[in-house]
Amino acid sequence: MNVLEMLEKEQMRTDIPDFKSGDTVKVHVKIVEGQKERLQVFQGVVIRKRSNQNRSTFTVRKISYGVGVERTFPIHSPVIDKIDVVTKGRVRRSRLYYLRGLRGKKARIRELGRR
Amino acid sequence: MKAGLIGKKIGMTQIFWRDGSVIPVTVIEAGPCIVIQKKDKEADGYSAVQLGFGRIKGKSATKPLKGHMEKADKGYFRVLREFRTDSVGEYEVGQELKVDIFKVGDSVDIVGTTKGKGFAGVIKRHGFHGGRATHGSMFHRAPGSIGASAYPARVFKGQKMPGQMGNKRKTTQRLEVVGVSPQNNLMMIKGAVPGSKNGVVLINDSIKV
Repeated sequence: MNVLEMLEKEQMRTDIPDFKSGDTVKVHVKIVEGQKERLQVFQGVVIRKRSNQNRSTFTVRKISYGVGVERTFPIHSPVIDKIDVVTKGRVRRSRLYYLRGLRGKKARIRELGRR
Repeated sequence: MKAGLIGKKIGMTQIFWRDGSVIPVTVIEAGPCIVIQKKDKEADGYSAVQLGFGRIKGKSATKPLKGHMEKADKGYFRVLREFRTDSVGEYEVGQELKVDIFKVGDSVDIVGTTKGKGFAGVIKRHGFHGGRATHGSMFHRAPGSIGASAYPARVFKGQKMPGQMGNKRKTTQRLEVVGVSPQNNLMMIKGAVPGSKNGVVLINDSIKV
């Protein structure tokens, strides 16, 4: 195997659950404040996931106090403690940028397996 | 200062650092290097060790070089380079130097041959701004004035002009070692290193602290 690929594989985590665009996830992020480390949960809809070895990232969007907030995480980052998949969403595209223009009831995503 | 290593640039990637930040790294295949010759003050006028890197078959080396390398009796090498060091006594001819002479956190200087850009104009080579493309402008990528007329009546030395860009020896100082892997002869350096992939690089302890 190519050396760079090998080094990148070493960096990759295997404990990340399988999720897709449209899924609602809880990302537990480690936050260091001075000496102490605590966990912060960022819950929202995955609107983008890009795969590229250890450079893979995903973007989570949520509405916080009426303001849309998006955060992009490197999937294999050691900053992520764990990822919980809350619901699987049924969507028809891989990049859900259209959610940015929608709010309230229109911005809902149907759950997978339910009519 | 200890002797450094000869290496081959593999390429760049990124890694996660301890604090979770992502840092760019250059991967270098460094060593193993064999001490071919020791040079000292009395015989040669300066003290250095000559290292060999990159094994080749005997038929690929010229006869004079073969005779030279056979003194170390460790095979034949593609690249021979000297490293100035005052502690020549610590090295033996035939000794193998591996990447474990460096450790994570060390500061190193890296020498490489930069990528050649050919004969380049002043915009590419020196970052001149150039002129307007349209609206009747007749001044596009030319260097402009290169000096005054009656006085000094000559062009100053060192005037920035078009010419060969790149393909030149270049040292990048004070790069940080962020990974060493002796079993694969690999080391990771934070940031970029001069030269193209598969280019030969020299790794030294940094001369600045």
